[in-house]
Amino acid sequence: MIIRVTNLRREFTVGVETIRALAGVDLSIEQGEMVAIMGSSGSGKSTLMNILGCLDQPTSGTYELDGKFVSGMDEKELAGVRNEKIGFVFQSFELLPRTSALANVELPLLYAKDPGDRRARAIRALDRVGLSDRMDHRPNQLSGGQKQRVAVARALLTDPALLLADEPTGNLDTKTTEEIMHLFADLHAEGRTVVVVTHEPEIAQWCTRVVRLRDGLIESDKAVEPRR
Amino acid sequence: MRFSLRFVIQTILLAVRQIRAHKLRSFLTTLGIMIGVASVSTVIAALTGLKEQVLSEFESFGASKIFIFPDQPDQAGQNRFPWREIKLKERELAGLVENCPSFEQFTPNTDFRSTVIHGRKEVPNINVVGIWPSWHDIENRPVVMGRPFVEADEIDAKPVAIVNDDAIAELELPSDPVGSIIMVKGRRFLIVGVIETNRTGMMSFQPEQTEIWVPFSTARRMQSPWSFFFVTGQVKSPELVDEATAEVRYVMRSMRQLGPDDPDTFRVEAIDQYIEQFGKLATGITAIAAGIVAISLLVGGIGIMNIMLVSVSERTREIGLRKAVGATPAAIMLQFLLEAVVLSLLGGLIGLGLGQGLAFLLTIPEQGLQSASIPSWAVALAVAFSAGTGVIFGFFPAMKAARLDPIEALRHE
Repeated sequence: MIIRVTNLRREFTVGVETIRALAGVDLSIEQGEMVAIMGSSGSGKSTLMNILGCLDQPTSGTYELDGKFVSGMDEKELAGVRNEKIGFVFQSFELLPRTSALANVELPLLYAKDPGDRRARAIRALDRVGLSDRMDHRPNQLSGGQKQRVAVARALLTDPALLLADEPTGNLDTKTTEEIMHLFADLHAEGRTVVVVTHEPEIAQWCTRVVRLRDGLIESDKAVEPRR
Repeated sequence: MRFSLRFVIQTILLAVRQIRAHKLRSFLTTLGIMIGVASVSTVIAALTGLKEQVLSEFESFGASKIFIFPDQPDQAGQNRFPWREIKLKERELAGLVENCPSFEQFTPNTDFRSTVIHGRKEVPNINVVGIWPSWHDIENRPVVMGRPFVEADEIDAKPVAIVNDDAIAELELPSDPVGSIIMVKGRRFLIVGVIETNRTGMMSFQPEQTEIWVPFSTARRMQSPWSFFFVTGQVKSPELVDEATAEVRYVMRSMRQLGPDDPDTFRVEAIDQYIEQFGKLATGITAIAAGIVAISLLVGGIGIMNIMLVSVSERTREIGLRKAVGATPAAIMLQFLLEAVVLSLLGGLIGLGLGQGLAFLLTIPEQGLQSASIPSWAVALAVAFSAGTGVIFGFFPAMKAARLDPIEALRHE
């Protein structure tokens, strides 16, 4: 079990009003699953993603990631968990400007306890996404698809337990979307656990399981046959 | 919070890259610190050079010299003393020689101006100084040609003179002028010796350097009756300066029959008093310079804080990303703090370089200082203070960066 979430609640206080973003979510994700988390805006999928990504803490409920109870950790411990266990892929890539692809990929190892040979590991990760010939290129010299590949390489760098992609193709055209989703499918085929947060059914098609959220609760949770 | 050396080095490199990516902005930001450090280090370098020079001059002057001047007491008020009482007299000089055991020797000094003629060459308004033979020893100015003054010259008030190189040139005397005759105030003087011109300069502020010396007794006879002299005494060793000063006061006061409530009608000054005075002045100027540097570091620091706040806000998404991939708040804090420190340190170092350059310029012309370099304590202080400025003024922006919520930061437009 990679992820086990029980009775997860998250409330925000805006002025005097309390907004209930998650109203008691139970979710388990096994090693090697590729899960799409779907829902319209306001459904709580972003909040769930933030908690799964250890960027946010639940108001109540427990979250266990790769055998560790994450709920209740302090900020510093969470940073360590994010570094070791989670690989993020964002909609807008989030590459550092004026910084080579290689240096961008190396970034998580700057904060790692045991970085090893940073360069060698980063080269290997870039190789994995098929960009070993673009190592010295800067983000502004790369296409959108290439940028996202660099971001995936960065996410893979620390060999995380969970790849967490937030609308990973939101800024890409149809053709590149296909390429990137193929890459995720390949990574899944290698045995990686992937969670994709999306509102696009075309993206969810690639997954083995689709979890739909609505008003802070799981509306449906179905295993599906992935498109390959 | 503990960071590995590797992490700190990486973070410093990151800061350097960031500064290089914004060269103009970084330069302008740190300009305040640069100018502040440059100007102050120049002043300190100049002052240090000046101090060395003056001290070495005092040193060559002799740390064991005491001067006795006639002096109207400050607190005299209505009961001012008549000049004839204040003026030093020959018998007082004799009394000092007789009754002050801490002294090695004394010499009176007096001068008058006169036209001096050699052959057809006539030079007006030359300073003629009357001294005792002991003067050579006290002032450390031996003759380089001929002979020094001797006791007999003084006793008989002989018409003999000693000249310096400048006087030889100005009066068109032969290169060995010993035996030549010059006319001073219409009297014939035989030149018996030559002294090197004193070129250390600083203390002898008179621009002219032509000097003619005659025996004190000879000079007194040629002077107007209201002219005066002062006395230079050489103390046996520098430790005896205080005792010697006390002796002079006691002897002078008893000779002048001053009552216990009467002020001194003369002034006794030791060289170390001058050194002390100069030291105080230098310390004062250094303190003012330190004040200026404090203000400029404050202003420069505010500039750095401002630009760091801009930088944090510009790089909000970067901060969000770094946090997402595992940077702790402390790591982010260190990143921005080091960036501010590197920035202000760079300003400080460039400022020091500029300051040293300017100080060097001060030593180029002949009239300038012999040496002017920033003392190492000032270098250390400038480095420490500019780094400190980075820490103090970088703290708030770095704190702001460290506290950013990664979710908000990644959503930042």
